[in-house]
Order: sequence, then C-alpha cells, then structure tokens
Amino acid sequence: MTEFSTPPYLLGQSSVRRVMLQVLIGLLPGIAAGVWLLGVSIVLQLLLATLAALAGEALMLWLRGRPLALFLSDGSAVVTAWLIALAFPPLAPWWLIVVGTLFAIVVAKHLYGGLGQNPFNPAMIAFAVCIVSFPALMSQWPALGLKLTLIEQFKLIAGLAPRIDGMSGATPLDALKTALKLGDGAVDVPTLLATQDVFGNFAGRGWEWVTTGYLVGGLWLWQRRIVTWHAPLGFIGGLSLLAAVLWVWSPQQFANPLFHLFSGGAMLGAFFIVTDPVSGCTTNRGKLIFGFAAGVMAYIIRVFGGYPDGVAFAVLLMNLCVPLIDRYTQPPIFGMKKQ
Amino acid sequence: MISREEFRQIGANGIWHQNTSLVQILGLCPLLAVTTNLVNGVMLSLATIVVMAIANVAVASLRNLIPHEIRIPVFILIVAALVTVVDLLFNAQLHELYLVLGIFIPLIVTNCIVLARVEAFANKNPPLQAAFDGVFMGVGMLWTLALLGGLRELIGGGTLLAGIDMVFPALQPLQLLPADYPGFLLAMLPPGAFILLGCLISWKNWLEARAAARRPKSQPPLLALGDGV
Repeated sequence: MTEFSTPPYLLGQSSVRRVMLQVLIGLLPGIAAGVWLLGVSIVLQLLLATLAALAGEALMLWLRGRPLALFLSDGSAVVTAWLIALAFPPLAPWWLIVVGTLFAIVVAKHLYGGLGQNPFNPAMIAFAVCIVSFPALMSQWPALGLKLTLIEQFKLIAGLAPRIDGMSGATPLDALKTALKLGDGAVDVPTLLATQDVFGNFAGRGWEWVTTGYLVGGLWLWQRRIVTWHAPLGFIGGLSLLAAVLWVWSPQQFANPLFHLFSGGAMLGAFFIVTDPVSGCTTNRGKLIFGFAAGVMAYIIRVFGGYPDGVAFAVLLMNLCVPLIDRYTQPPIFGMKKQ
Repeated sequence: MISREEFRQIGANGIWHQNTSLVQILGLCPLLAVTTNLVNGVMLSLATIVVMAIANVAVASLRNLIPHEIRIPVFILIVAALVTVVDLLFNAQLHELYLVLGIFIPLIVTNCIVLARVEAFANKNPPLQAAFDGVFMGVGMLWTLALLGGLRELIGGGTLLAGIDMVFPALQPLQLLPADYPGFLLAMLPPGAFILLGCLISWKNWLEARAAARRPKSQPPLLALGDGV
C-alpha cells in the first residue's frame, strides 16, 4: 500500500506495511525465548516459511494479474509465514511447513480474493490442514534439554539425518492429556504437574517462557494501538473462565487456568491470531464476543478433543460466525437512538 | 427417430455443457464420499449410468400413461426397482467392491441426478432420446468422478487405481509417487473433495470463458435444467 491515511488524521499515518512490521516486531520476544529454549531451528523454519509465502504470493499475484511489488512488500505474507512457523514444531521436515504455508497463501488467501478478503485466518488454515493430514509429525516437539548443533538441526529439517525416538516428544498440554487418559482416574493433575519435569514451574518447562514472550509482545502491540484490548481480553477471559470453573469443580481432573493460559498456542492466539483484522470481527463488542467464544472453544477442543491444541480449530470455527456477530453488534449511527 | 444434430446436442450437454457434477452440481453426496479413488468413482458412475439409461427409457415409454399428479412416486418406484437390481448384481458379482461402496449403491435411488433427468428429460421426450440422455449424463458424471477420484488418490496416497484388483483380479494398483510419500490425508477427506471439486469447476469455467472470449458471437449456452439438491 502507498502511504496514505484517512480522516480524521488523529492517530498519524498507518498503512498495511507499518502495521505488519509492528506485528513482526511484537513476535520477536516470543521468538527470542523460543530460540533460547528450543534451538535455532525456529529461525530456519521462519526463513523457510517466509520464502514459501513470498513465492506463493508472487505466483498468485502474477496469475491474478495484480501488481507484484506493491503486495509483496506489504508484509502481510511474512506475518502469515511467521505465525505458521511459530505454530509448527521447530524440527519438522522442511516440506511440512512449505506445504502448510503454500496452502495458506494460495488457497486460504488468494483463492478467496487476496489481502483483506479471506474469511479464514490463513495461518490457522495451514495449521489445521497439516495437523489433519500429518498428525504424527505435527505433534512432535523437540524434547527440552536436547542439545543439537546448528548443523544437526539443519540436517534434521532438510531430512538428511534420521529421526530418533526420544529426540522429540509431546507438548506439555498433550503430555498432560495423554497421562490422564493412560492413568484412567488413578492419576491426578496436581501430582502430575508437581512430579513430572516436563510441566516446569507453572505451565510446562520452556513453554511458559515462550508464551510469556508472546504476552510481552502482545502487550506492546496493544500499547502501540495496533490491536485493541477487546479480542485478546475476550480470548483470555473465555479460556480462563471455563478453565477456572472446571478447576474449582474438580482440581484432580483439570489443570489450573494459569497452566492453560501459558501452554500451547493460547498467548499466540490471544494477541496475534484472534486480533487479525481481516478474518476477525470489526466492531468492538463483536471482537469481545469473538475472542470469548474462541477462548471457550479452544479450551473445549484442547481438553476434550483429540488434537494437541484447540486454538486453530476454535479460531476457524469462530471465523465462520464473524458475519453474524458483526451484524448483531453494529453500533448505532451517531445521533440515532439505539433500537 | 433421432437426428444427428439432436444426438450431438444430447451428447455435448451430458458430457460438458450440463455436466452433472461441474455445472448442475447434483449428486454431491456420492461424489464426496465415494471418490476416494478412481476405481470407486468409476464403478459407482457405471452403476448410475445403467440405472439412468433404463429409468429414462422406462419413464419415456410410460410417460403418457403416468398421471401427472403422482408422477414423482411412480418415478421413484421405477428407479428404486432398477437400483435394487443393480445392488443385487454388485453384491453377487463384485462382492468386495460392494462392501467398499456400501450404502452408496442403494442411495442411487435418492441421487437427484437420476430423478432430475427422469423428470426434466425423459418425461417429455421419446424413449430413444431419453436413453441417450441417460447414458451421456452418466458419462459426464463418470469422467468427472474418475478425474476427481484419481486426483484425490494421487495426492492423498501417491497411488493410482487402488482397488482395481477387486474388479480385475489380474491387475495391480500403480504406485506413482515414491513409497515414502507421506500422503496428504486432507485430499482423502470430504473437505479435500470439496476443495478439488471447486478447482475443477473453476477450471471448466476458465476454459469456457477463454473459449467465449475467442469467439465472441457464440450461441448462448443451453438452459440448465438442474435445480439442484
């Protein structure tokens, strides 16, 4: 987009490129924590996803006869690519993230009309498509404390080195669900969280710091007024409300809200996914409802469903409801009485 | 009897202009559920062709005897009788395939393509024309389902003609992609069928738009008859 702004000229200039750039900066704390705890492979995945997204974007723009330089430089494809790279396991083979990113850009974005037209969040489409198609690869995260050199990580991603059992494992969220299922009532959540190393201090070793990074970046975005507070607060509220109710009702069976907020994709979802201006709601009340329902649904899917995390499916389901929510939350026109 | 021009038109309508899957978008249920591979798609289409051809002839022959007010129940009765025959034939001759296709053979009764052609064409035309219409509409369905089934199979598992041994025991499925191809499971699931069908429809529309642009004074396309379920 060229640099232009619309009246009332109060908030200064804003353009797609500026917004996208700041979203990328907002992701940096989470990325830094991830690199520190999980390895440089995250950077490799970010690069792969960015290249795939730009290639897919260029191809589709060329096919659709749109100006290449203008849309390629707006950064929206890079944001999609980074979100995908952060949602995917860092040591997954290279083709997995390429397939996911290309699907997101080609099918979820451009087949629906490109930037601003997609009804579904492209990054979450990529995640959903890949976890449905390749569930085993998508749920193997590198075991913490695994020290691999850069070359070894590169070889794993490129498919040059064999994958060894024990190198990767389930996420804390997944591990808790599996342990509860296997224990069949004989194990309870507080003991599991206290005794097993994988669950860390409060929400999974390593994970708690990566998600805290997303929280910090998200709060920065809110402070910069790139996102409003409605959707993130709604999401966090929905997720922790349901988690709190179930936790109070049966602390033996359900993990505490803090665990749920700081594990899996909750924080990434709250600040970077449900705040998507294209596939999310436009009205402020709508954003609140959208976020809340997505949070509730994410909890239900991650706790009672079969997949490791529920944020992607929750967001996609709520994307379907956006036109309806927007329709019923339209604020009255200035000067008109509320009906 | 039937003129060459009439024959050509019925054929072109069935195979391309009014293709059941790409233009009328009828019979989506078997399309989504059965085309997980080429063989299933082709065999179900063949069964549908047989039913459609005979049902069209039967209805066209009886069209002056069937009271207008109760024509739909009568049509359904005729179609159901034919489907029962096909169902029993499949069960006896191709039992393994019968188990795979399962409920979708009996469900040909409710396939709206069959009823749509009977109501829209056979009820208003002589038997010979009706027979050709049934066959060509079925052929249109056959190539689309074969293409869709083949694509889904290839993307989803890297094979082609899986299950061919259930029809011809001497033949083996082809492994087109390397054996360690991980398989894009989405293509095998109903959403993948929807996405690929959407791609096929847009491909057909693109071809037609290109043809129309090349030859600006083309005759208007024939009126579509399906009003879809």
